[in-house]
Amino acid sequence: MQPASKENCKLIRKKILDISQKVSALHVGGAFSSVELIEKIFFKLKEKSDTFILSKGHAGILLYSVLNILGKIKNQELDLYCKSKGDLGVHPDYNNYGISASTGSLGHGLGLAAGMAIAEMNTTKKIFVLISDGELQEGSVWETILFISSRKLNNIVLLVDNNNLQSSTKTTDTHPTLYPIDKKFTSFGWNFANCNGHNSLEIEKKLNLNSKKPFALIAKTIKGYPISFMKNDPKWHYRSPDLKEFKKAMDEIKKN
Amino acid sequence: MRNAFSKKLAELASKNKKIYIVVADISPAGAMVDFQKKNPDRFINVGVAEQTMIGVSAGLAMKKKIPFAYTISTFALYRPFEMIRTDLCYQNLPVTVVGMGAGTIYSTLGATHLTQEDIAIARALPNMQILAPCDPNELEECINFCVNKSKKPTYLRIGKAGEKNYTDNSTKWKFGKIRKITAGKSTCILTFGPIVKLAFDVNKKLKKKISIYSCHTLKPFDYQGLEKIFKRYKTIITLEDHSNIGGLGDIVSSFAGKKRYGGQLKSYSLKDKFFHFYGSQKQLLELHGISERKIYKFISGIKN
Repeated sequence: MQPASKENCKLIRKKILDISQKVSALHVGGAFSSVELIEKIFFKLKEKSDTFILSKGHAGILLYSVLNILGKIKNQELDLYCKSKGDLGVHPDYNNYGISASTGSLGHGLGLAAGMAIAEMNTTKKIFVLISDGELQEGSVWETILFISSRKLNNIVLLVDNNNLQSSTKTTDTHPTLYPIDKKFTSFGWNFANCNGHNSLEIEKKLNLNSKKPFALIAKTIKGYPISFMKNDPKWHYRSPDLKEFKKAMDEIKKN
Repeated sequence: MRNAFSKKLAELASKNKKIYIVVADISPAGAMVDFQKKNPDRFINVGVAEQTMIGVSAGLAMKKKIPFAYTISTFALYRPFEMIRTDLCYQNLPVTVVGMGAGTIYSTLGATHLTQEDIAIARALPNMQILAPCDPNELEECINFCVNKSKKPTYLRIGKAGEKNYTDNSTKWKFGKIRKITAGKSTCILTFGPIVKLAFDVNKKLKKKISIYSCHTLKPFDYQGLEKIFKRYKTIITLEDHSNIGGLGDIVSSFAGKKRYGGQLKSYSLKDKFFHFYGSQKQLLELHGISERKIYKFISGIKN
């Protein structure tokens, strides 16, 4: 793993855990599974004029933490997360602090990205979109996947956080035919790569930003990573750790 | 109206490169064919994918373009409803959703193609503006407004084909203002959309002429203008090709209650009932109690 990325990811996760102690619950599991992906986009790949859409809006706290580290969201604002005097709720709100879309209802981000990609067609600007694997159950996502390749919107870069869990169960419990994901993308006219979604070096290597077709990175991740008692446990979809759990989690991140 | 829509929008879009036309499996008609050929980048057919139609339009607006999303009204508003609510209204984007053939126009196609409750639904959405022009003239004004002035999402409810112009000699069209189309004395009809024809057909036969108003902007509604109408007329009739829930009849009667209007109110709206009937539009409207004969009989019977 790249040292700078590793330190960034640690910082992001610690920030999320800190905030978890000020609210009754937050989407810690799904935020932790996307940390390496979003870190790579914001700290390495995304140019200023590019757009990033967090289609899995329930990981809003992850986006806020990254924007906080980048100085777009001030500490005092982040401290007011989910509080009546603040502007930041669980799900991101368009136009607040450079947030590019209001998300929270799954299956919307890719459609917005398609429109943005058409608007930016003859430029070098890219539209990055992060979706969850549970989100692949939404019909609107497949409508748009088919449309994007048909319209040759090659300036879209899609990242799939494949943590194999949704709010209450494994994605394969409800949809045993979800896999293979990659072949579904190729049959819909996309290029793809599979990668370990917690390995920053691999994410960067596998992400093809100059693809001749729209590109999807299918990132195998672990919900709650790297915390031993959170990993792969659906109960951490929306929960704050208690003080004991918080200390243990902080400790594990330091040693990770 | 469909042809007037194509002509006007193609004309504006040829000059203004920010305009995008996003359709869901609608073949371009009239002037739009030429526009599509010359501007394939700005005429986007998403196919039978209405959620994508709205998502794409929202994305375009977020990058400062001026999109029109266009298909048959049921599929324009109902199918992608959550995209309209969240992508367009919650984010407050200036996108025009054009619902074509609204109301009972597709009278032989069955309830899947009829739009009885669209105004009610669109009205309930924060930020949404609703325009329902009564003739091709008004439609051109609406398109002009959506291209040049609008800063919010708009549901533009239009007819289909063959509508005549009724507003050639009327006062100027203004967004958000009830518009008098023809002047009479103590009775008036308030209406919107192509059903204005029925009001004119009735008026032709009446000895004592009535006033006819086009309430082309259903939201924001011109309550100031309505209050003036309350003061001027002893009988006010609402006529709409829309359900009696949440449409013009509802708007007028609830405001009349609030203002203690002392005159007589009469509404001709569709019933809160699906159609399982196929025939002419006239027959469908009659089935729900809306006919030239009934309205004529009512007005002729007014004693004053």
